Amino acid sequence: MGLISAIEHVIKKPIWDCKMCGQCVLHDTGMTCPMTCPKTLRNGPCGGVREDGHCEVKPEMRCVWVKAEERSRTLPLMPEAWREHFNNLRPPVDNRLKGDSSWKNAMSGRDKETPPGWTPEPEAPAAEVEVEA
Amino acid sequence: MSRLGELLDRGDELIITGEAPVIDGGTLADYEAKLQELAPWCDAMNATDNTAAHAHASNVAMAIAMQRVGVEPILQVVCRDKNRIAQQADIMGAALHGVENICCLTGDDVTAGDESEARRVFDLDGPQLIRLANSLKEGRYLSGRSVGTPPPLVIGAVENAGTHPLDYRAQRAAKKILAGARFLQLQICYHPDRLEGFVKALHENGFAEKCAILPSVVAVKGAGPLKFMHNSVPGIDVPADVISRVADAETPAEEAYQLVLEQCQHALSLPGVRGLHLTDFRKDGSMARLCNDLGIKPRTEREQHAHDRIVAV
Repeated sequence: MGLISAIEHVIKKPIWDCKMCGQCVLHDTGMTCPMTCPKTLRNGPCGGVREDGHCEVKPEMRCVWVKAEERSRTLPLMPEAWREHFNNLRPPVDNRLKGDSSWKNAMSGRDKETPPGWTPEPEAPAAEVEVEA
Repeated sequence: MSRLGELLDRGDELIITGEAPVIDGGTLADYEAKLQELAPWCDAMNATDNTAAHAHASNVAMAIAMQRVGVEPILQVVCRDKNRIAQQADIMGAALHGVENICCLTGDDVTAGDESEARRVFDLDGPQLIRLANSLKEGRYLSGRSVGTPPPLVIGAVENAGTHPLDYRAQRAAKKILAGARFLQLQICYHPDRLEGFVKALHENGFAEKCAILPSVVAVKGAGPLKFMHNSVPGIDVPADVISRVADAETPAEEAYQLVLEQCQHALSLPGVRGLHLTDFRKDGSMARLCNDLGIKPRTEREQHAHDRIVAV
């Protein structure tokens, strides 16, 4: 682990329980790390969320995505763009980047690289659907 | 093209899918017999992928078996047991046998099954798997390598309208539709208000036109399975009054039938709902009774009717 990775880990581990995936999307997911979801889901909650909003796998833990969705709406001081990115389709994880500094990969653009066969979303993200609760 | 694909293209006819029973040991004849309760009513049936994290005959094997006995399969693919390479291989392998319908799921966790000590994979998640299937349909693997002749896949997904975060579920469904899902089989839901809110949001925003919404129902024989789902299936909440309605009835089996009939009627009454996804745990001829009570004709009759209509036009 390089120096930058070590600094990143020291800062992000205690605050977000960072798993050092090397391709951080924290800002798009309500400042909640999706890699702390036991299924490491990066595109929203699975269908197994319990009636109390807790995790299917770890019943004692609040669902990471229930938390993320709430925070993406309510967290103060967050740029509007970050809130809007919440529903973007995030590409598959590049497992080669695990342990790398996501800061370094963000600056170089390496974390934006996707497999050649990964096609972008055909249409604009679906941010406009409102449900009457 | 698959029958399901044709129905989706035509855009207005009822669609009935069913959850095919799993099989462990046995023969093709045994499997064919198991399918008979539900198959006559369904346009296509799910070849499930190790449901609830229990090992069974594989999804691809069951899908091919269904084809051989004249039932149109929907290959269910989950993310729990295999990485992206194996998932692509399964979809292409099934397509080689003519299996075109694919249903993409994240899948239950390994802890839901009887081998909780197994390694969970989740290399991809449900929405990513939908895009992956679309890449294959467009003619390339995720690596960009050509698949040769692209398989004419009919891609679908699932969503749980009945669990948290409730206000977000329709958005998640929309995300899957934008990723390429053309049909959406919903998780069983015992909260009619939640189903209604979910379907309404998709319908009013034009997503129900792009994607066939198919709420799921399960026919059970008594209160036991309802309690089991409530206590042991994460994401399914069965309200206490629903359980007691069946448990305290004079004939719980009949009350359970009336419950599922009402659920079907309610779901089909919602604008934006295109059909149903049926699961049968009763195995006593109730599927025929249910479809009859709902006015749903067997698949062959519906096919004939559609054919006559097209010829008439």
